[in-house]
Amino acid sequence: MSPASVFVCLSLTLLSDYPVIRVKPDNSGVVTDGVKHSMNPFCEIAVEEAVKLKEKKFIKEVVAVSCGPTQVTETIRTALAMGCDRGIHVEVSGKDYEAMGPLQIAKIFAALAKKEEASLVILGKQAIDDDCNQTGQMTAALLDWPQGTFASEVTIDGEKVKVVREIDGGLETIKISMPAVLTADLRLNTPRYATLPNIMKAKKKKIANMKPADLGVDMVSRVEVLRVDEPPTRLAGVKVETVDDLVAKLKANGTI
Amino acid sequence: PFQSTSWCCQLLTFKMTDQQKEFQELARKFSREEIVPVAAAYDRSGEYPFPIIKRAWELGLMNSHIPEDCGGMGLGIFDSCLITEELAYGCTGVQTAIEANSLGQMPVIIAGNDFQKKKYLGRMTEEPLMCAYGVTEPGAGSDVAGLKTRAEKKGDEYVVNGQKMWITNGGKANWYFLLARTDADPKCPTSKAFTGFIVDADSPGILVGRKELNMGQRCSDTRGITFEDVRIPKENVLIGEGAGFKIAMGAFDKTRPPVAAGATGLAQRALDEATGYALERKTFGKLIAEHQAVSFLLAEMAMKVELARMGWQRSAWEVDNGRRNTYYASIAKAFAGDIANQVASDAVQVFGGNGFNSEYPVEKLMRDAKIYQIYEGTAQIQRLIISREHFGRFKK
Repeated sequence: MSPASVFVCLSLTLLSDYPVIRVKPDNSGVVTDGVKHSMNPFCEIAVEEAVKLKEKKFIKEVVAVSCGPTQVTETIRTALAMGCDRGIHVEVSGKDYEAMGPLQIAKIFAALAKKEEASLVILGKQAIDDDCNQTGQMTAALLDWPQGTFASEVTIDGEKVKVVREIDGGLETIKISMPAVLTADLRLNTPRYATLPNIMKAKKKKIANMKPADLGVDMVSRVEVLRVDEPPTRLAGVKVETVDDLVAKLKANGTI
Repeated sequence: PFQSTSWCCQLLTFKMTDQQKEFQELARKFSREEIVPVAAAYDRSGEYPFPIIKRAWELGLMNSHIPEDCGGMGLGIFDSCLITEELAYGCTGVQTAIEANSLGQMPVIIAGNDFQKKKYLGRMTEEPLMCAYGVTEPGAGSDVAGLKTRAEKKGDEYVVNGQKMWITNGGKANWYFLLARTDADPKCPTSKAFTGFIVDADSPGILVGRKELNMGQRCSDTRGITFEDVRIPKENVLIGEGAGFKIAMGAFDKTRPPVAAGATGLAQRALDEATGYALERKTFGKLIAEHQAVSFLLAEMAMKVELARMGWQRSAWEVDNGRRNTYYASIAKAFAGDIANQVASDAVQVFGGNGFNSEYPVEKLMRDAKIYQIYEGTAQIQRLIISREHFGRFKK
């Protein structure tokens, strides 16, 4: 029986090619006001994979989910324009949003996946602003579902999913049962543009609205950010004439 | 964009709808990722950018004016201008090739009957085809009344003889909108002497000239077209004999805002390139951006770009709201064309010696900008129109 619905869980991140991200003067975080936000690139890849699976008729419905303030609905709309069928916006704003981390998000996604009886949850492997690489794994653990992370190839085979994973040593192929959690890596696919006609059609698709409390999720963070600092400025290098000079210098500053 | 409520007061807002923002995002992404990297190569080779055009067509970024019942999206002028400005930012050669479709289609959209619309607009949404607007001749550009191409009625057909020149997409079009003189009597008023036709490009007797080598927008296909006893069925006459001049001119009210938007896109590109350079290049111990001569230059460039944008926005909004926008459309086109040239030239100046060199992007912008003061109504013709409209308003 082909899986019914696939949840694609999206993250809104600071845009990576923004020239300079600044640390707040009180070192409590980075400045996000006025910085362009958009869908996390790995999440775009996740959306593309889900839509592809639907086009190949392996799944019936793709639901795009995201947690955050109102701005997040724009991301969901883009996912709808790429081919998702409907969206769910879990509203988190203010202090809760600032403290929101992978654990809280994973709790929300897990609760939703259970509630809506999803067969597959696909996420981007990590958000490019915090590089946590935890949400997918935590979601799978909370659901007690198998996980196929860093996926560079996904094939559905009956009730199982074959996942080729990118690991340090090369590629690892695993087969896991559904329901399962997958996280998308860079080479999984090339996300499509949302075409103009699809953007117009997406307006008619529904985005449901809810709060974490509706899912019984407590948003209290177990993590306290003590301090955020910029990386130290790169110091000028020193040129040496010979290898002997190099060794002498390295000895002098205690490196060897 | 500018919304007006029907009750007590008119509210003017510069806020875009979510859908407009998405359209703009799509066009911007496509332009930056797919047009910008290849623009210089197309400019050097002059090759028609069909792969990009095809991609733009697939994404729905072309033919936006085609009504929904012909398979199009029936977008307003404002929305299509948003897209045009973004594409022009990437390359105005590419954008002009795409825009020529809108220009060729506009007479059919505003004056075509159901049969003509379904036949000639419908096919544009089924495959990536091009069309062209055939009015200008070697001997008559601004003086449309001086057109010499003749169309004589013979039975159920019109036989056309003459020459058209500077026809964008001339060598790539599947069909042309053609304006020809049907009344031979020199005393016949302009408003009755010309007829608008739709001509299939594969009609026998059509001789397509060579691709012209122009100063800028080089990848766009511009040609002379000769008509030798070309036969056009009477079904392809728009509205009726003698209605051509009004149709040809009426199209401009809808196509001048996008041309203004294109010029604005070029100017924005020039401004962005110059600003980026000014924040990197150092002279006399500091960034050139910190020298007031340069920062003032950039400030004036910014002023012009912002105002040009407001110009096309106003003219597009006026026509989308069902009002005659001739005054605003001419102002938008004239202003945007002029400032595109100034801003591009200033951008070269900011780059200094590097700006004159083909390894840097701004000399292309300067060459591309010039045509904006010429096509779609020269800067001088726009001033004629604006002064006429202005006096008309003043006397009220």
